Amino acid sequence: FLYVHRDPMLKKRDDFEDILEERRNCSDLRYALKCYTPVVYKGLTPCKAGVLKNMVLQSDQLHYVINQVSKETGKAPEDVQEEASAILEEMAHRMQLSTVRFFAFTLCKVFKTLFRSICVNEEGIQRLQQAIQEHPVVLLPSHRSYMDFLLMSYILFTYDLALPVIAAGMDFMGMKIVGEMLRMSGAFFIRRSFGGDKLYWAVFSEYVKTILKNGLAPVEFFLEGTRSRTAKSLTPKLGLLNIVMDPFLKGEVFDINVVPVSISYERILEETLYARELLGVPKPKESTSGLFKARRVLSEDYGSIHVYFGQPVSVRSLAEGRVNRCQFNLTPRHIPKRPSDDVHSFVNAAAYRLVRAQEENMVLKPWVLLASLLLQNHHQDLDQDRALTEEALWLRDVCRQYGAFLHWPDHVPPSEVVSSSLDLHRGLVRISEGRVRLAVEHAGPSEEQLLNQAVVVLSCASYRNQALHVFLRPALLASAMHIATSSNKQEVFNSFSFLRNMFSNEFILCPGATMQDFEEACFLLVKTGVLQITEQEVLSTHRGHRTLAFLTRMMDPFLQGYQVICMFLCEEASEALTEKTFIPAVRGFMVKQLLSGRLRYTEVLSSDLQKNALAALLRLGAVLKTKGYVDY
Amino acid sequence: SAFTSGVSLESSPNTMEHIKCPILQEIMKWNGWGYVDSKFQFNKKGQAEFTGKRYRLSGMVMPALKEWFESTFGASLQHKTPAIPNSSAVQPPILNEAFVEDLKSTGIPFSQDAEDRVFRAHGHCLHEIFALREGKVGRVPDMVVWPSNHNDVVKIVELACKHNVCLIPYGGGTSVSSALECPPEETRTIVSVDTSQMNRILWIDEKNLTAHVEAGIVGQELERLLNESGYCTGHEPDSMEFSSLGGWVATRASGMKKNIYGNIEDLVVHIRMVTPQGVIEKSCQGPRMSTGPDIHHFILGSEGTLGVVTEVTMKIRPMPEYQKYGSVVFPNFEQGVACLREVLTLITNVFAGHALKPQKFYITKFKGFDPNRLCVATLLFEGDRERVLQHEKQVYDIAAKFGGLAAGEDNGQRGYMLTFVIAYLRDLGMDYYVIGESFETSVPWDRVLDICRNVKERIIRECKERGVQFPPLSTCRVTQTYDAGACVYFYFAFNYRGLSDPVHVYEQVEHAARDEILANGGSLSHHHGVGKLRKEWMRETVSRVGMGMLKSVKDYVDPGNIFGNRNLL
Repeated sequence: FLYVHRDPMLKKRDDFEDILEERRNCSDLRYALKCYTPVVYKGLTPCKAGVLKNMVLQSDQLHYVINQVSKETGKAPEDVQEEASAILEEMAHRMQLSTVRFFAFTLCKVFKTLFRSICVNEEGIQRLQQAIQEHPVVLLPSHRSYMDFLLMSYILFTYDLALPVIAAGMDFMGMKIVGEMLRMSGAFFIRRSFGGDKLYWAVFSEYVKTILKNGLAPVEFFLEGTRSRTAKSLTPKLGLLNIVMDPFLKGEVFDINVVPVSISYERILEETLYARELLGVPKPKESTSGLFKARRVLSEDYGSIHVYFGQPVSVRSLAEGRVNRCQFNLTPRHIPKRPSDDVHSFVNAAAYRLVRAQEENMVLKPWVLLASLLLQNHHQDLDQDRALTEEALWLRDVCRQYGAFLHWPDHVPPSEVVSSSLDLHRGLVRISEGRVRLAVEHAGPSEEQLLNQAVVVLSCASYRNQALHVFLRPALLASAMHIATSSNKQEVFNSFSFLRNMFSNEFILCPGATMQDFEEACFLLVKTGVLQITEQEVLSTHRGHRTLAFLTRMMDPFLQGYQVICMFLCEEASEALTEKTFIPAVRGFMVKQLLSGRLRYTEVLSSDLQKNALAALLRLGAVLKTKGYVDY
Repeated sequence: SAFTSGVSLESSPNTMEHIKCPILQEIMKWNGWGYVDSKFQFNKKGQAEFTGKRYRLSGMVMPALKEWFESTFGASLQHKTPAIPNSSAVQPPILNEAFVEDLKSTGIPFSQDAEDRVFRAHGHCLHEIFALREGKVGRVPDMVVWPSNHNDVVKIVELACKHNVCLIPYGGGTSVSSALECPPEETRTIVSVDTSQMNRILWIDEKNLTAHVEAGIVGQELERLLNESGYCTGHEPDSMEFSSLGGWVATRASGMKKNIYGNIEDLVVHIRMVTPQGVIEKSCQGPRMSTGPDIHHFILGSEGTLGVVTEVTMKIRPMPEYQKYGSVVFPNFEQGVACLREVLTLITNVFAGHALKPQKFYITKFKGFDPNRLCVATLLFEGDRERVLQHEKQVYDIAAKFGGLAAGEDNGQRGYMLTFVIAYLRDLGMDYYVIGESFETSVPWDRVLDICRNVKERIIRECKERGVQFPPLSTCRVTQTYDAGACVYFYFAFNYRGLSDPVHVYEQVEHAARDEILANGGSLSHHHGVGKLRKEWMRETVSRVGMGMLKSVKDYVDPGNIFGNRNLL
């Protein structure tokens, strides 16, 4: 095995600047009405929304599909053209500077009440400005909150950068006025599912490509497809990424710059909302009135936000040596084609790389470490000043050695850091007489109590999850050592590989990178003195015990969750389940197990984990899907 | 007419032993383009002038050139890189004595003179000329022979086979694909077969409008002789002053009037080639045949790997009654390309030649157009007067639809004249730290704009990455149009001050540019050929099976690799 990793401690990251600070001192109105003259892509001829629509409707691509659909359905081409026009009407953004200014003004007010600061890395902004001038730009922010895309546009407006057009889910459209306002601030709306609808796909992809190819505006979308309710990064969706890479692969632009953006919230607005959703309380339909009911939210303190604009990634350099662009030489480029295998695997690998880039630049707050510790000890009280602070400092050091982007204020006494973190998240903890624990009542025999407990645990877990990517590989190795029958290196590797494979729907693990991940884990654990690795064996050191214990405990809820689902499938699910009934059935089974004390971790109630486990079992062939039924 | 149809013009076979052939290097540069007496230079006042009397530009002073040169490349007249006047020692020839003896007995003139050999060891790729200017000489032919007719060639090839000698056919020496470079690993005697003495029109057939011509004739001589009898071939590649008929056949050449007259493959009726297996030719001159794959197509583009083309029957046409130049200025390259495409779908056969260049060069200002984006199309109309005028009007009408404005005959004519002197410009650049070259491709219409943008950008980016200190010249032009696409030329040059190995940098950039061309749906070459310079891409260009086909032809025709220039495969 070769250890070729750069030391993660050496990762260089930019400094932040708080953009709210200035807002607290000067007029919001003047800010919203400031002169806005963003730099644009070279050779850009500004273009009105109507012109853009015409460009799309008159494109060869769309013409081809319109004729195709017309032949297949027997409808007149003019009618299909009308349909296309209607789809475009429903989809297209109508960006207006006045609306943007309105949002800028309103958001100023809202942000200043909700957040202590909004910190942005200015060097990232400068890189982005450069990138926008050179090539068409795609912005890929992480997605943890509804706030994300308004926040993005707000920041870009603040820094006088070109405002993006944003791919938004159709559900926003339900919010009458707000939906239209979002549209006027640059959002365009896509249906959540349009599987076989060729025409829809053609209009949609051509719309995005036209904006991108002509450099009319940066295109922004969420690689994860939806907000992550768990704060773990989600497996990337490839649809839009495929679309935005296409103009480069087909030579229609020289290059495309993709900019991963990491948005980290110290406290997530939707915290308990997400937890309830994961526990099966259905997601409230987005509605304007619902949004206003959320006003209660406005009275609370949500700490700070960190937004890190990552290094722009050139699609050209990503594709260098990986995709043979000659494959597009033999068919007219406007005829839609499924991506070839090598394009698919290239886009997939790129997507993972970009999600990893988002993860790496997520700022972790001390609370993330406290949440991890409290979760692992949630059955006992911890002495705040000694036990918890001491543990947190230990974990802080481990975290830093693993290269985490941890914002721990070193100039503040550790006990103060801990207490102010606990204070911000006081809804999740109980402090009495200097002792701290999670705010969970020791569950009685009722399901309701159990679910209340689970809400707190899952909320807390969402903070721990922010740090998962830092510990994931060493933790998989620690768990692998735990389940391997010996310390033989090959055997440990096999267990590692098994766990990694098992959990590849749960965590961001790049396909085909088992060996690199193993090596990275080995490197980190050897470097920190936790393991000794010889030719043949992987051995833990005496002083490494504490780290290994922490890491295995981090994985335990997931392991137990997957185990109990297997148990459920073997013991309870006597007949075939439908996908719809699976989750409630598993949940019922788990509740019983938890109430009877046979299960330890309430976290397993998360529907996210249950869905991921099912997907993994399907992928591994342990479960079969037949005409909508799930069989095992 | 001086010739009557069908009459043989063959002169008496030469019986003289050892006629001394005219020494080409006395009128042609040995380390640069063209005639010794013609070149660009800066005079004492620092103004550019073109020397000699041969061209319309000769004797003219061009004050604007200096400024263009300095501002485009950041070059300075103070920083000179003159060529070394003589080459370094040339390796003594490797001689196969038995072959030399046998050759002597045939009476075919030959030479082992170092200058003769060096002169025929190269084409005009940048690295070849750069090395010569530094006086560096690598492997060169060991001998030069001057066959004066088909039978001489038959004898030479027979002797080469008998004595296992390597033959490299040499026509005009204008190759830009490293095709004339001697393979350094070749240990046999290398004989350069200079076809320049096979330069006669053997007969003209006015009934069928064909001429039977020896393959060593160079383009301008062929046109001059045909013009004397009122005919022309209409084949006018940019290199026509120096390149030979045999070379055109061997590389699949293309001329700027191909829209009227066709490319070389359309112009040949019959080809005679001497191979190690004997002479290959067809039995008749039928204008088209269905007799299996056309054997001409094994010869066309064979790049000297199969044999020596000795005689060609070519289509000829009466000289055009009327000729008119023209030019159109477009606000930008995109409009220009769209116009050419449109012109082509509406008019065929009269619209002779055109070139579309986005770079301001001889038209720098035009009313109301952005000087940084404007683009000029040069036009040439040929045919009977009435139709020429009619089509001229049609073309200008179409151009107007694309925002193009007529810019006069003079500009058009100047554009055509420039195609012949442009090659001399490189030598001027090389005197002042500027190196460059052009390369071409062919590409479907829908890809033209994309390929131009991407390749130009790739060149700029590669230069930057490889430490070129000055922004390079990276531009392009559409030189030929077809129904299904166009031929695009890229011009690339840069100031190499501060680079330790400029030729290597140049080659890396050109290589990257070719990769980019292929990735954007362009071909490996439209008419320059493959040679040794572009060999590495042949397999992906013609597929594995295609390579196998070509190899098996080579294996049958030339099993001993007598024609061992190692081009193409």
